[in-house]
Amino acid sequence: MKKVFTAALVILFGVVLLFGLSKSIDIAGYGDGLIPGKAADAYINKNVTSGTGEIIFGETKNAETGSANMVTSVIANYRSFDTLGEVTVLFLAAVGVSLIMGKNSKEGKMKKSGFILRTSAGIIFPVMLITGIYIFTHGHLTPGGGFPGGSMIASSFLLLYLADENFKLKITGFKVAEGLAGTLYVMVGAVGLIIGGYFLINFLPTGVVGDLFSAGIIPVIYVLIGLKVGSEITGIVRDMHKEEVSV
Amino acid sequence: MMELFNILEVGISVLLIFFALAAVLSKKLLTGIVFLSVLSMAAVAAFALLSAPDVAVTEAVIGSGLVTFIFVASIRGLRKAGDGS
Repeated sequence: MKKVFTAALVILFGVVLLFGLSKSIDIAGYGDGLIPGKAADAYINKNVTSGTGEIIFGETKNAETGSANMVTSVIANYRSFDTLGEVTVLFLAAVGVSLIMGKNSKEGKMKKSGFILRTSAGIIFPVMLITGIYIFTHGHLTPGGGFPGGSMIASSFLLLYLADENFKLKITGFKVAEGLAGTLYVMVGAVGLIIGGYFLINFLPTGVVGDLFSAGIIPVIYVLIGLKVGSEITGIVRDMHKEEVSV
Repeated sequence: MMELFNILEVGISVLLIFFALAAVLSKKLLTGIVFLSVLSMAAVAAFALLSAPDVAVTEAVIGSGLVTFIFVASIRGLRKAGDGS
């Protein structure tokens, strides 16, 4: 009975999704929506506090945020204080996991992993690590940012855990990175409070939209978030893996 | 061009429903988790098609990577405690 109900629910949801995608319901297609006059317009053209006009990639100078990725400009500039809270929530979750699972339980051994996993992990691990770092350093230009980038770093370490049964992570560096990144995030906000009068105000020059060194404090904050999230989730992965192999 | 995109979108939605049903109806918990992971990959394609690349990147990393690990770890923990089947 329960399975029939869930199956019916899945199909109902799927039908709604199908009709939504096939545009038989009145949803504006990509690029057809009317944005002028709506709140999103101010964020897209970066004129929330003062009029900047239309943004041209690679040409516009000293825009309000200078971030080419509009999602990033909301997450790390306009709503940066919310992101600080989000990072705090993740920190509390990591602390909870390590409180419950980080006990000194008896060390067990994992089963030896398969040949394909063992050989390919050595090739894929550096690529994943570099991709994660790329995602959070280019968060203001390309899709992604601190949270996915940090998670990708954590999953690259998870791959090492799964591939090598003798792999042990020295956690000290991660602890230092985590605490330092969190402190620096608040410090950057406090410097903005001193210079600009608002907590987490974008006090650096924003440069040309689309350059790597642009967007003021957004890349700085996103690198900090990436390091913090990466080390936190790596800690969670380590704790859960330790619990899993313990006897 | 628009036609092709529509066909892709409909095809991916059908895949989404199929994998969701497979995850719900699978007998073993582990099989269900694997189907959930595949469902996440299909969702990544859907998000990318709907021009939400930020969500797609996050879903690819968290939805099909880390969440799968956490589910598998908890199933193995349950088995160790003697409650899982």
